[in-house]
Amino acid sequence: MPWLTHASKWVAGNMNSLKNSFQNLLYYPSAILGMLVVFLLVFTAIYAMIKIPYRDAIRLWRGGEEVWYQNPKFAPPAWINFFSSKKYAESFAVRTSDGTMTKEVTPGAEGTSTMSSSYTFDFSYDYYPQELILYLSSTYEEKQPFISVEWLTPDGRKIRIVNLAVSQKQTYRFSQDQKLKTKLRTDDVIPALFSDPETGRLIKGTYQLLITGAAFEPDSDINVEFVSHGQVYGLAGTDQARRDLIVPLLWGTPVALAFGLLASLGTSVLTMVIAAVGTWYGGWIDELIQRITEINLVLPFLSILIMIGTFYSRSIWVILGATILLSIFTGAIKGYRSIFFQVKESLYIEAARAYGASNPRIVFLYLIPRMIPLLIPGLVSAVPAFVFLEASLALLGLGDPVLPTWGKIIEDANANGALYRGYYYWILEPATLLMVTGLGFAMLGFALDRIFNPRLRDV
Amino acid sequence: MAVVTQRPAENRVKKTSHTGTFARVSRYVVVRLLVLFATVVVGVYLTIMIANMGGYVDQIMKGAIRDRVTQSIAASPSMRQMEPAVRKKLIEDSIAREEKRIGLDIPIAIRNFRYLSNALTLDLGRAINMTSDSGSKQVRLILLERLPPTLLLMGISQLFLFFSSILLALNLSRRYGSFLDKAVIALSPTSAVPPWFYGIFLILIFAALLKVLPFGGMVDSPPPANPFDYSMSLLKHLTLPVLSLVLSSFFLSIYNYRTFFLIYSSEDYVEMAKAKGLPSRDVERRYILRPTLPNIITNFALLIITLWTGATITETVFLWPGLGRTLFQAIGLYDIPIIVGSTIIYAYLLAMTVFLLDFIYALVDPRVKVGGR
Repeated sequence: MPWLTHASKWVAGNMNSLKNSFQNLLYYPSAILGMLVVFLLVFTAIYAMIKIPYRDAIRLWRGGEEVWYQNPKFAPPAWINFFSSKKYAESFAVRTSDGTMTKEVTPGAEGTSTMSSSYTFDFSYDYYPQELILYLSSTYEEKQPFISVEWLTPDGRKIRIVNLAVSQKQTYRFSQDQKLKTKLRTDDVIPALFSDPETGRLIKGTYQLLITGAAFEPDSDINVEFVSHGQVYGLAGTDQARRDLIVPLLWGTPVALAFGLLASLGTSVLTMVIAAVGTWYGGWIDELIQRITEINLVLPFLSILIMIGTFYSRSIWVILGATILLSIFTGAIKGYRSIFFQVKESLYIEAARAYGASNPRIVFLYLIPRMIPLLIPGLVSAVPAFVFLEASLALLGLGDPVLPTWGKIIEDANANGALYRGYYYWILEPATLLMVTGLGFAMLGFALDRIFNPRLRDV
Repeated sequence: MAVVTQRPAENRVKKTSHTGTFARVSRYVVVRLLVLFATVVVGVYLTIMIANMGGYVDQIMKGAIRDRVTQSIAASPSMRQMEPAVRKKLIEDSIAREEKRIGLDIPIAIRNFRYLSNALTLDLGRAINMTSDSGSKQVRLILLERLPPTLLLMGISQLFLFFSSILLALNLSRRYGSFLDKAVIALSPTSAVPPWFYGIFLILIFAALLKVLPFGGMVDSPPPANPFDYSMSLLKHLTLPVLSLVLSSFFLSIYNYRTFFLIYSSEDYVEMAKAKGLPSRDVERRYILRPTLPNIITNFALLIITLWTGATITETVFLWPGLGRTLFQAIGLYDIPIIVGSTIIYAYLLAMTVFLLDFIYALVDPRVKVGGR
């Protein structure tokens, strides 16, 4: 196929000039910064997808209370302790089943046994934890095992927390126990446990939780999980449903990149192809494209997306398709059209016609490749708009119901009055990521625009 | 905003005789009006189609009506004594009456055309679920009630943006390469971020942290009786949304105009004027602004239209009772008459603007002739 070699040579020549243009990028500091941001985002996206596979991400995002029970609610990230002179209690969860909590079983007479378990921890924070919880589970046939829980403070006091018979699955929340409230003469159990009863001042030091139990059957067993909901949690904090925000923050990256890039690529390539076809064939095809563009101008873009989200489907892929469809026939098609009209008259097109090239061949191998330098800056510059569109729709409550995205975090935060109640981390984390993404692509797009459009280069 | 487009090359024409001017202009007017009207009709019909999703919305509404009627009859103690058959008939009758009130008994295709013809004659009809604050169900009244807040918010921000960016851009194009110029270029990517996003940051800083400005809304609650206090309260609530709308397009707008002016100021006739020793004010006014006037007017006209659409998300974030937020609420309530009403007014405004722009071009640019080819 001789024409193929010819075309590939032509394209190769074009690619060389493209390569030079990309080398020019290095002269623009904003372009280097932009590329760095894009590179970091791609890296984060790949890391997220490897570290938390899709199924795990969905489970961690939509799982339910049994997935998130170990996390505190509305907790800022743990690293805020670095910047604060007063330290917030961190969260922890220990259990006898994996050895993080000691457990000793001593067999007794007639199949009975006694069990003792303890957890010693250092408490050196300035703020109390939100809640202390015991998740108890046991196996028995008829007679329930029995445990008693004690609390040892650094100043040597021993507080009896509770005595209870353990059913197969049981949750004991320290702050909800009325008897304990009466015993400690307070409504707030947790602060009382961590402070001096005389002065009410918080005591730092080593605390111990001591559990002794008795089982009355040979195969009876008790397992304990001790969870402390701190004031801070993990790298990113948690939301109203105790979800770790690191999951949507990490997974938001591939989603945002995919949505932004696909929408941008789909829109610009389709716009260009349609403009090229219209200009080349002219006549009624061109007329039709022009009319559709005018009609599209009348259609309310955001309202239609909101309607599709409300009435039909909130899936990100449906919204993506609708976005692309509505963004093809815009002012950009007129811009491409006027340039294609100039290119159409050039000599190499005439040469192609003279040797008898077919219409599709001219459109796809001669007209369109010529526009790639114009396409690239536009494509990159359009990415932020689409990334923010996804976030905007999520903010209106029309985000994808399954996928964890940055927009969904902002929506949850907004719906729970995060700004009003002072949970700034909740909005700032996704907002910073969105901002960095938007600015990164915008800076790169700006630099590309100046490189590829010589008319702008001088000014 | 401010999209600077290149001057349309098709509008440049050669000399033709004066005798045919009237015929040419009137033929052009008729054809153009017909095409624009057809565009509006198709656009609005498509919106209507999407707004009831080929009848899917009807199912939702019918379900909601059945639910509501059954609930209310089941809850009423006087109906509980009735025979089951009588009660069932009563429920069915009530449902039929309610469906008739909303117009669900008419087939969807006919209803679509009825919506369309009513919309085209600007008979906006009655809303299905929404009411205005004064209690009316008239779409016209609902929209009119929400228009002033939107006009206030969008008007202040967009007009400020328009005039300040043109003035600053002229200034910058004169001082091309200066520190300020470079700063604007460096800051122009900030416009990739939408206004509501700046809104969240501004709320965080000025409402949550500094506590100097309100989180949202339009006036204090209850509204102050004294007109002076009322306007001060309005001003306080207006600051953050206006600021976020301005911030999000400010630098890009200046950058676009600046680049545009720079391209025009490198023309030979500008060099010539400078060489003649004309003061720079005159050069700017007569030699740079004059030929760019069609573009500036286009941008201004499009700006006026966006005043009508409002800023849906910014209004939602700031709880601003404007048209954009109303439209969003209407969609949530499946209130098709409001969606269609808002769309048709936008479509008419747009068509009118596009039509008038052709004549304005001819007025400001002697090379352009109406209907010339």
